[in-house]
Amino acid sequence: MRVSFQLNGKPVAAEIEPRTHLADCLRETLRLTGTHLGCEHGACGACTVIVDGAAVHACLMLAVQAEGRAVVTVEGLSADDALTPLQTAFRKHHALQCGFCTPGMLTTAHALLTEEPDADAERIRAVISGNLCRCTGYIPIVEAVLEARAAYRKKP
Amino acid sequence: MRGTNRYIGSPVERIEDLRFLRGRGEFVGDLRRENMLHAAILRSPIAHGRICGLDVSAALSTPGVRAVITAAQIGPVPTIPLRLLPLPGTERFLQPVIAADRVRYVGEPVAVVLADSAALAEDGVGTIALEIEELAPVADRRASGKHDILLFEESGTNLAMNFTATIGDADAAFRAADYVRREQFKVQRSTATTMEPRGLLAEWDAAQGRMTVHGAAKVPFFNRDTLARLLGLVPTSVDLIENDVGGGFGARGEFYPEDFLIPFAARHVGHPVRWIEDRRENLMAMNQARQTDCDVEIACRRDGKIIGLRGEVFVDLGAYIRTTGLIAPRTLAQFFSGPYRVPNMRITCQSLLTNKTPTGTYRAPGRYEASFFCERLIELAARDLGIDGAEMRRRNLIGAAEMPYKLPRLEPGSPASDTECDSGDYSEPLDRCLAEFGWNEKRELQGRLIDGRYHGIAVACFIEGAGAGPKETARLDLETDGTVTVYVGSAAVGQGLETVMAQIAADTLGLPLDQVRVLHGSTTYLQEGYGAFHSRSTILGGSAVFEGAKALLEKIRAAAATRLGSAADDIELVDGRARKSDGSSASLAELAADSLRVDATFANNNTLTYAYGSSAAHVAVDPGTGRVELLDYLVVEDVGRIVNPLTLHGQAIGQIVQGLGGAFMENLVYDASGQLLTGTLADYLIPTGTDFPRIRAIALENHPSPSNPLGVKGAGEGAIIPVGGLMANAVANALASFVAMPNELPLSPARVWLMGSINRSGGSPRPAATTTIAH
Amino acid sequence: MKPSPFEYRAAATLREAIDLLTADPEAVVIAGGQSLMPVLAFRLAAPSMLVDLRMVPGLDTVDIGDAGVRLGALVRWRDIEDDARLAVAHPLLREAIGHVAHYQIRNRGTVGGSLAHADPAAELPGIAVACDAEITLVGAAGARTVDAREFFTGPLSTVRQSDEILTELHLPFWPTDRRWAFREFAQRQGDFALAGLALFYDEDERARVWNAHVGVIGACDRPQRLLEVEAVLNGHPIDDDLIRDAAATAARTVDPPEDIHAGAAYRRALVATLVERGLRAAAQARGA
Repeated sequence: MRVSFQLNGKPVAAEIEPRTHLADCLRETLRLTGTHLGCEHGACGACTVIVDGAAVHACLMLAVQAEGRAVVTVEGLSADDALTPLQTAFRKHHALQCGFCTPGMLTTAHALLTEEPDADAERIRAVISGNLCRCTGYIPIVEAVLEARAAYRKKP
Repeated sequence: MRGTNRYIGSPVERIEDLRFLRGRGEFVGDLRRENMLHAAILRSPIAHGRICGLDVSAALSTPGVRAVITAAQIGPVPTIPLRLLPLPGTERFLQPVIAADRVRYVGEPVAVVLADSAALAEDGVGTIALEIEELAPVADRRASGKHDILLFEESGTNLAMNFTATIGDADAAFRAADYVRREQFKVQRSTATTMEPRGLLAEWDAAQGRMTVHGAAKVPFFNRDTLARLLGLVPTSVDLIENDVGGGFGARGEFYPEDFLIPFAARHVGHPVRWIEDRRENLMAMNQARQTDCDVEIACRRDGKIIGLRGEVFVDLGAYIRTTGLIAPRTLAQFFSGPYRVPNMRITCQSLLTNKTPTGTYRAPGRYEASFFCERLIELAARDLGIDGAEMRRRNLIGAAEMPYKLPRLEPGSPASDTECDSGDYSEPLDRCLAEFGWNEKRELQGRLIDGRYHGIAVACFIEGAGAGPKETARLDLETDGTVTVYVGSAAVGQGLETVMAQIAADTLGLPLDQVRVLHGSTTYLQEGYGAFHSRSTILGGSAVFEGAKALLEKIRAAAATRLGSAADDIELVDGRARKSDGSSASLAELAADSLRVDATFANNNTLTYAYGSSAAHVAVDPGTGRVELLDYLVVEDVGRIVNPLTLHGQAIGQIVQGLGGAFMENLVYDASGQLLTGTLADYLIPTGTDFPRIRAIALENHPSPSNPLGVKGAGEGAIIPVGGLMANAVANALASFVAMPNELPLSPARVWLMGSINRSGGSPRPAATTTIAH
Repeated sequence: MKPSPFEYRAAATLREAIDLLTADPEAVVIAGGQSLMPVLAFRLAAPSMLVDLRMVPGLDTVDIGDAGVRLGALVRWRDIEDDARLAVAHPLLREAIGHVAHYQIRNRGTVGGSLAHADPAAELPGIAVACDAEITLVGAAGARTVDAREFFTGPLSTVRQSDEILTELHLPFWPTDRRWAFREFAQRQGDFALAGLALFYDEDERARVWNAHVGVIGACDRPQRLLEVEAVLNGHPIDDDLIRDAAATAARTVDPPEDIHAGAAYRRALVATLVERGLRAAAQARGA
């Protein structure tokens, strides 16, 4: 089947089997490999992408269901080579080690802070509880997201 | 040198992060090749049986399927050699790369389907007709120990290995003791659960006779040699390439059946072949770990001095001895007493074969289990003898004046098994830990019921042996643009290797960090390398980089001296230029014309480093649900020397949370027929962001290691060691009025609830002091 | 973990969706997919066709009126969280939905999907049963309305026929002075509950309980009401003795399953704890 959607602000189209989930479409068909697959059953959050502003598991959405939608992946978070304030805060707080869960953490946190720039630590913890990380113990991730809030508040 | 360092000792932000944060990491699953085929693996659905039929014809006619590989295609099926402790007798229990006529665990590979996509390959797997005549399964180590049903009949036994660790005369000590207590403890089966499952991309160049395999990790050089041997190639015809690796923790990167099958498949079909492990496979096929129980005794004097430990430990090893399968059993025996002075000890550790996924190393292998056993015994002894838990431990810690302190003798031994605690004052982190934790104040809460929850505290101590030899390699090249490329034989598994090695090289050479590039882990860079295990990378790899950088610095100064007409000792390296005392200088880029290169090796003669520390925790137990809330957790560890406090702190916090997963929730459950019941991440529960928000870590560098030029000690596995024992003791202390005996992990809510609902002393629970604290 | 192959059709109307299901008994409905997709990934099901409801109009509304709350099948958890009207119109629903799964799943998981999937530990089926809700099914033979207590027949099992589509959940009117509580216990936040409790009651002028509804999830093979507990409560003012009696009755009357995470005795104890804590909270303050 053919599916067309906006990917990181640009229109794309892909020819895929109906059974292809959005993550495989992004990774294998469109060759955007920043979105990672850690479980393929909606339990780890590594594949989180933002569809029409909402963070979703790309392994629990068929690619054909993205028809006409706007999809943002980790590659779409920063427009140029510079790190965004969220990414900068992750680096400063050592909120990543192996880097595998990181794309999902970033997309999840970005979606959250875009809607809730005043989210407190408890809310941040609750939201990222759908994203598994085996390296950091989460504490530095929460610190990084807390610090990044300021940049989201400034936006109009 | 320490005073002038710009980078060593500073919280340098990681070089690796720049690619990971923008989705530009390159993991093996991110790689594709023209004409690449995808592999999916048919795994045994039966724990124990004989293969009596395997018909792949339907798979071969499935659309998109190009080939199916079974034992028949491979011919004589090779077994996977042990990487560590290849002791006599172990050759009887090695894993074949594919099941030919016998299956011994659910998940054992039986066939490999190659197709145009992963989905099509899975379609093919679903059509294979596999007939297995079921044999009675050996479900656990007790059944195994009867030796009536055997996994390997020709061996006549299910006992894969028996280690004994001995010091002094344990029986005599027990006869002379004022106090003796005997207990049984149990640790459940768990697994590393790297967030990136394993993966391989193999390419066979028929014209050149060369095999290239992406997806290597941890020990690429050893695995290169192994793969070459199994494929009938010379090692120089095989390259293993390390991409970004999504977590190691001991399990990722060992040589598994797939590490042979996927390269073999690529050569067999003449296409590149990619296999990406899915999570279900990951939970049933990657090394599992930790399943151990024991029957052990402690002997003390009236004053709490431990004079003896003895007993038997039993490891549920799984179906085969895998590459590192005997490390945990060995370590369980030899490190049973941890940081404590125990003059008389005899611990035996039997490794018993069962029809379950084979086991291997997982962060602090054996040490985590041993610490749980030993810390529980000490806590019970302290309580029985009326001694404060912290004081009990202080009285028994190995003293600074006793360094170096020889650890028990191991039989059967290996070159590295004669070992001694190297340096330090073990009471320092204990004192610091108790002070920062507020032990004396929090002790008032012990066992109290406050607002419906019982509070408990505990403290535990640990040593972290690290830096397994024999050596590590590095090469430093001065590039024509004046930068330095550092090739290391160490491997990166997500721990920040590039940054740490760059810090060491840059400081030693007097270069800015961004003038140093670190390349690692692939067999294309160096002749040999030893990899990332036993928290050895900074110790051995870092020292190799340090020695190499010093040598390169001398070469640069000599070359500059020749060019500038002076003696080498008149040359200084300042900001990327070689400067003579009269002010004249040459740029490094100019000097690079002289092809300045150093190959360095650092060997430690198997002398291990021993970091050491103490941890304390405060829990509140809800008797209505069994929920244990961790209110405070603190670790203080002396690591000899800190290279990067940011990454060190991250290692500490991360491993504690991993250990808490093992203490409270992670559990690989098998039924009596050997079926894994926890094959998803919804059933195998690892910690999430809401579970353990309050953890603190403090690192000390009071006592540098005497055995390497940097003074560093291993620091990736210490803080996880005491977590199980510490949590069990804190829960026991919280539920002291119920005489709770948390002698089995995990401390699941159901198990904790049971301890808080049954009164072992008869009648109602012993009255607990009740306090109410206003919030 | 890739699904078996299937056809995919995004139906434009309810009629078309029903026709597709009628024509192919192996076809299944997909809405948010948050329960179905893992089932497909593990190949526990291999449907011939997925009939997607995402283009079907009129199923994504939350209607609030004198007759209560009507939730269309495509209403997402997220929509319920965001709908401030529900804080008054159905605070129990809103509180329960706050416990469903994780952030990402809440952005796609739907009312219809959860009810049709019928996990015994899921929150919404529990609310439906506890609140005497009605579920509307539309099939080739027309529409029918089923009491929630009759809708669920066992774990992952309902009275819905394969050609029927669940279109709406109707929760009866919720008086503003009603007392209520929702409590659940899961090993980790967002996991399915080992046991959960949804309860509400009204009070007469002498603060005696009437119209008590006590619903349990996770501790039984389907969401159910504990009628004996309700009988214990009705007609009496809430006090410590009544709470103890209700909790003991709850523990005695539930029939919990055993699984790898919890045995029956533990689940009974959890239910008793939740009943006790839920009643205490409900009695102390509205909106507990």
